[in-house]
Amino acid sequence: MAKTDLFKAPDYYQIDDLLTDEQKLVRDAARAWVKKEVSPIIEEYYEKAEFPKQLIKGLGEIGAFGPYIPAKYGGAELDQISYGLIMQELERADSGLRSTASVQSSLVMYPIWKYGSEEQRIKYLPKLATGEFMGCFGLTEPDHGSNPGGMTTNIKDQGDHYLLNGAKMWISNAPFADVAVVWAKNEQGRIKGVLVDKGMDGFSAPEMHGKWSLRASSTGELIFDNVKIPKENILPGRDGLGAPLSCLDSARYGISWGAIGAAMDCYDSALRYSKERIQFDKPIAAFQLTQKKLAEMITEITKSQLLALRLGQLKNQDKATSAQISMAKRNNIEFALKIAREARQIHGAMGISNEYPMMRHMMNLESVVTYEGTHDIHLLITGMDVTGIAAFNG
Amino acid sequence: MKFLVCISKVPDTTSKIAFTDGDTKFDENGIQFIVNPYDEWYALVRALELKESLGGSVTIITVGGQADEPVMRKALAIGADEAVRIDAEAKDPGYIATQIASYAKDKDFDIVFCGKETIMYNNAQVPAAVAEYLDVPFISLATKLDLNGNTATIERDAQGGVEVVELQTPFVLSAAKGMAEQRIPNMKGIMAARTKPLNVVPAFDAAETTQVVSYETPSGKAECKYIDPENMDELVSLLHNQAKVI
Repeated sequence: MAKTDLFKAPDYYQIDDLLTDEQKLVRDAARAWVKKEVSPIIEEYYEKAEFPKQLIKGLGEIGAFGPYIPAKYGGAELDQISYGLIMQELERADSGLRSTASVQSSLVMYPIWKYGSEEQRIKYLPKLATGEFMGCFGLTEPDHGSNPGGMTTNIKDQGDHYLLNGAKMWISNAPFADVAVVWAKNEQGRIKGVLVDKGMDGFSAPEMHGKWSLRASSTGELIFDNVKIPKENILPGRDGLGAPLSCLDSARYGISWGAIGAAMDCYDSALRYSKERIQFDKPIAAFQLTQKKLAEMITEITKSQLLALRLGQLKNQDKATSAQISMAKRNNIEFALKIAREARQIHGAMGISNEYPMMRHMMNLESVVTYEGTHDIHLLITGMDVTGIAAFNG
Repeated sequence: MKFLVCISKVPDTTSKIAFTDGDTKFDENGIQFIVNPYDEWYALVRALELKESLGGSVTIITVGGQADEPVMRKALAIGADEAVRIDAEAKDPGYIATQIASYAKDKDFDIVFCGKETIMYNNAQVPAAVAEYLDVPFISLATKLDLNGNTATIERDAQGGVEVVELQTPFVLSAAKGMAEQRIPNMKGIMAARTKPLNVVPAFDAAETTQVVSYETPSGKAECKYIDPENMDELVSLLHNQAKVI
């Protein structure tokens, strides 16, 4: 039987006071939707490794798809903090669900909005905003993860069209996507954005199986075998590696909020459990080592909240740098993962069961700490930013 | 059809409750407020459903200060067409009902919806008093409402059963669980709420009819005592001498 979701969000530094009424309304609507629609089913879908497709319409309705996109393209014209808060609430439920929304918003809608032609915007964005169309983003390749500039996927100009060849891997939403934003090199070695529609000859997107992480998210490959791409399917607004990296900036920003959601859920569960679980005639919350864990958790959650909020303010002013975003993504995931592990310990043996969310969050976060720039690469980004010396190339 | 829905702000149910001013006033410091669930989930949503099927408009009304506006925006985001805030401190139920009735009396509302009570003070007096001041019928604890022209058929909770009543508009009802299902505001609604009118009306002249002398929080739960099932004498003795219930 589905459990009642008792989640209560911690707000140790009264950060709510720094949010606008509309930001709180957006967040609370997402939170209420998660409690009603996601919490009762997420463990089941995680266990059977299936994306709950029936949630797509609701995700569109709560504004999880491109909330900051202008209204004329179907977006909600929300600010970046509202976007972050929606990601927080979705990842409070499950990182896979947040991943689906992050990909749709930041990796599909964002590049079409920023770099697409007006025709492309009108064709894709309103349908992506409601979830009628789902999208995916193809950058990572089997042999090129942290080094996307080395990609081998390519387009060749055939006069009235391009031919696309290559393969992408670890692509969220790929198996059911209606459109893929794919990054490929042209004959001059310049990276271009290509819109690949579902059903194009030579294009397939097989699902990848055997994941112990993000099991409630659908992940696949993108395989291009002489796919004929109409010239109007190229994103005209920007090329070069900076184009996909700017999309990753937007997604990483959302992830920095999302991680807080996962951490909050683990902390909330641990706090409640520690007050209810009696050992040696008293709640385990009365023991110093439990209190140490809880104190450290709420401290790190609060620090992450402040980091994300300030980053959101900078994003709203269009002043956030890639390096600042990188720091928040790395820090907030690192501590969310630690919090999931500590929270699991507080639950003792019960912590390994799907009665509680920590193991699921923990396994999910092992992906989140790796995707959209690994933890180590993000350290090197900060390192480069403060020293002025890039350490990527050994 | 014109519907008026009375909305109150109440503390989130997980709030820590404290008092100020010599325990005569609820301490709002640090409290997160929500729309009173009976107002939001049942009264407002049923009014919206009727508007959607029959046409018309839904106005929400609150007696309170500017701090009440976030919950009013939420009601607008859920689907109400306009909001009215009577700029007065929400004092006792008679005072609040006078404010609402004074505003509503010349507006020709077909139905005034209220929640059956606020989860904060549990007075459950405002809806009846509004009906009295408007000189229209009042139906309490309504769990189902259907409209056919101006004839309303209402089911209401009665002790151990259901009572079905029929009456003509206009009237006031207080909505209970079962009347409708909670709606979560969607993004379209939140966007629309940005530009929906929220009119502030000055307070009407009215007197407070009651004064709060003091509030007390419930005393903590006593420790649970376990009695051996074989030891009936001790159980009876404790119930008689300590709990004084037998």
